[in-house]
Amino acid sequence: MSPNAFYLLASLLFSIGLVGLVSRKNLFVLYMSIELMLSSVSLILATLSKVLGDAGGSVMSLLIIGVIAAEAAVFLAMIVNLYRAKKTLDSDRFTMLKEGEKND
Amino acid sequence: MINLIVILPFFSAFFMALVYLYNTKAKRYVFYTAVGVGTPVVMTILSFMLAYELLNGSQTIHGTLFKWINIGDFDISIAFMADRLSVAMISFITFIGTLIHIYAAGYMKEDDGYGKFFVYFNLFMGSMLLLVLADNPIMMFVGWELVGLCSYLLIGFYHQDAANIKASNKAFILNRVGDFGFIMAISLLFVALGEGGFTFDAIQANIGSVSHEMLTLIGFLLFLGSMGKSAQIPLYVWLPDAMAGPTPVSALIHAATMVTAGVYMVARYSFLYVEVPDVGLFIASIGAASALFAAIIASYQSDIKKILAYSTMSQLGYMFIAVGLGAYSAGIFHVFTHAFFKALLFMGAGAVIIALHHEQNIFKMGGLKKHLKVVYITMFIATLAISGIPPFAGFFSKDAILVAAFASEHYVIWGIATFTTGLTAFYMFRMLFTVFFANKKEVQHLTPIPKSMTQPLIVLAIGSVFAGFLGVNEAYGGSSWINTFLALPDTKLHVSHSSEYMLGALNVILGLMGMGLAYKLFAKETKEPQTNTLLKSIVINKFYVDEIYEFIIIKPLLFLSHLIAKVIDPKIFDGFINLNVWTYRKSGALFGKLQNGKVRYYALYILTGVSAMSFYILIKLGVM
Repeated sequence: MSPNAFYLLASLLFSIGLVGLVSRKNLFVLYMSIELMLSSVSLILATLSKVLGDAGGSVMSLLIIGVIAAEAAVFLAMIVNLYRAKKTLDSDRFTMLKEGEKND
Repeated sequence: MINLIVILPFFSAFFMALVYLYNTKAKRYVFYTAVGVGTPVVMTILSFMLAYELLNGSQTIHGTLFKWINIGDFDISIAFMADRLSVAMISFITFIGTLIHIYAAGYMKEDDGYGKFFVYFNLFMGSMLLLVLADNPIMMFVGWELVGLCSYLLIGFYHQDAANIKASNKAFILNRVGDFGFIMAISLLFVALGEGGFTFDAIQANIGSVSHEMLTLIGFLLFLGSMGKSAQIPLYVWLPDAMAGPTPVSALIHAATMVTAGVYMVARYSFLYVEVPDVGLFIASIGAASALFAAIIASYQSDIKKILAYSTMSQLGYMFIAVGLGAYSAGIFHVFTHAFFKALLFMGAGAVIIALHHEQNIFKMGGLKKHLKVVYITMFIATLAISGIPPFAGFFSKDAILVAAFASEHYVIWGIATFTTGLTAFYMFRMLFTVFFANKKEVQHLTPIPKSMTQPLIVLAIGSVFAGFLGVNEAYGGSSWINTFLALPDTKLHVSHSSEYMLGALNVILGLMGMGLAYKLFAKETKEPQTNTLLKSIVINKFYVDEIYEFIIIKPLLFLSHLIAKVIDPKIFDGFINLNVWTYRKSGALFGKLQNGKVRYYALYILTGVSAMSFYILIKLGVM
């Protein structure tokens, strides 16, 4: 099976993730978009590992799946906290990175 | 000893300054008089001892204090050198300086700034000796600047009056113009000489290695310094205004010593000027022009001190004629005799001014002959001396200059100088007759003059009578002793004794004619000169030179400053900077919008950046 299909899939997934990250406002959607991008990279790793006959890449992508699971816990905790702070899930309401913005 | 003589006045000035600053209100009349007048007395004794050593055959006395600048071969020491020229100068400077200090103790007695005055006065004495005894041109320049500073401080001594401050600034700024020439000259000299030391002795030894053109330039620039210090055309306008200072200051600084520094400098560099007679001729021409010009103005002035100021400028012109034409000894001789009678004239004028409650207009004086006998007699002697009537001091020195001018065959310069002799007699006797002879209707109430003010006059009067005998030349049975003593590289003169007698007689006749004319016009009744004709109004207004300078130099300068301050600086330079500021501010506002705090936008920026980088790499790899 040609690896090109995998590359295409990974690129598609990454692009969907990116567009989702930039265009959507809901924190959960953002979280999912980020995970999607990370997974697509991990897919490329696994593909290349297969193509090059080196198991290292596959091991790495398995490890990334583990990391993603851990990440989920942290992200969800963060989102809960953010919701508590502003009673909203709209990411545009959180502008603390802007200079001079009060952290309320 | 030579070190001590220069350090002593600086030390005493410093000491008095500390005491004065500790409590400026306290009247310490005895202390200031003791220190302030005692110092020049000691200096006089020391300089006479130095002179005695040289008279007994010593060639040059050197003294080194310490090394000042030492960079590789460049080596400037704080060192002093007393050769015959400088010893002759310091002898009369300290002697006359002492007399003027004594006089000042009487003149300034009631002044609140008595201590300050003597601080400045002693500082001036030290600076003047530093100038004269300097071992190298750089030390001389330091002294040159210090006397300029003292002159500035003392002209503005009565600083409560804004006009005096203006006068002191004028003197300082005009001297700056001359000093520019001086410092350029010594820099050029240093560059041109290269190695081999920078003391006067070394320069004299190596002067042959400098090209003629360079020497001409250096000689001219040095004379520019002299013009400023010695009040010659065109840098003379400060001297009449400098009379704003106390009268002892006018006597010491603006008549007897500091203003002759220019003549001294030309004589000091005589080894240089011998090589460039063209510059010498230029110096003599400027001197002749100044002598005549100042004498004409002096003939129509009515302020007693201004008359004497213009007279000083005129006599300085004579000295420059002499040194310019190579008669260095004659020039220094005139410096020497002039110091006596001009200091005497100023001090006499000061006594008259004090007696008449600070009245300086000679046409408001008159008939003082009986009341101020000592002042009258001594001033009469000084007036005879300055008019060149034998056997008074001025005759011999002025005659030496006129003979030198005649012998050099520059007859225009000689003619101007001779004519000025008559004019000098006229304006000096005009002043004398108006002050002491002319009738005055109302009886004036005179302030008594202290003894400390009259006794120096007597000493100076004796000097004015006898100082000339030091330089009686062969035609009059002397041997030009002072010329032999100074041993300057004078141009040899070829004049027969008979023509010397003719010249001498001509001067005396012109002097007597001027005297007679003055007697006829001013001895009986006087009135202030009126500006009724065009010519007279031009002369009375001093040829409008101040106004011309104002128009040619000050106005354009002010206009330029105004233009720069009001137009070029705010509009062009500030405009450029403000434009930059505006650009930064605007672009800052623009880029500031990027930082909106929304994370997804940041992600977009990252995407854009990464895309651009990837794109670049792809192109570089040749994939696209």
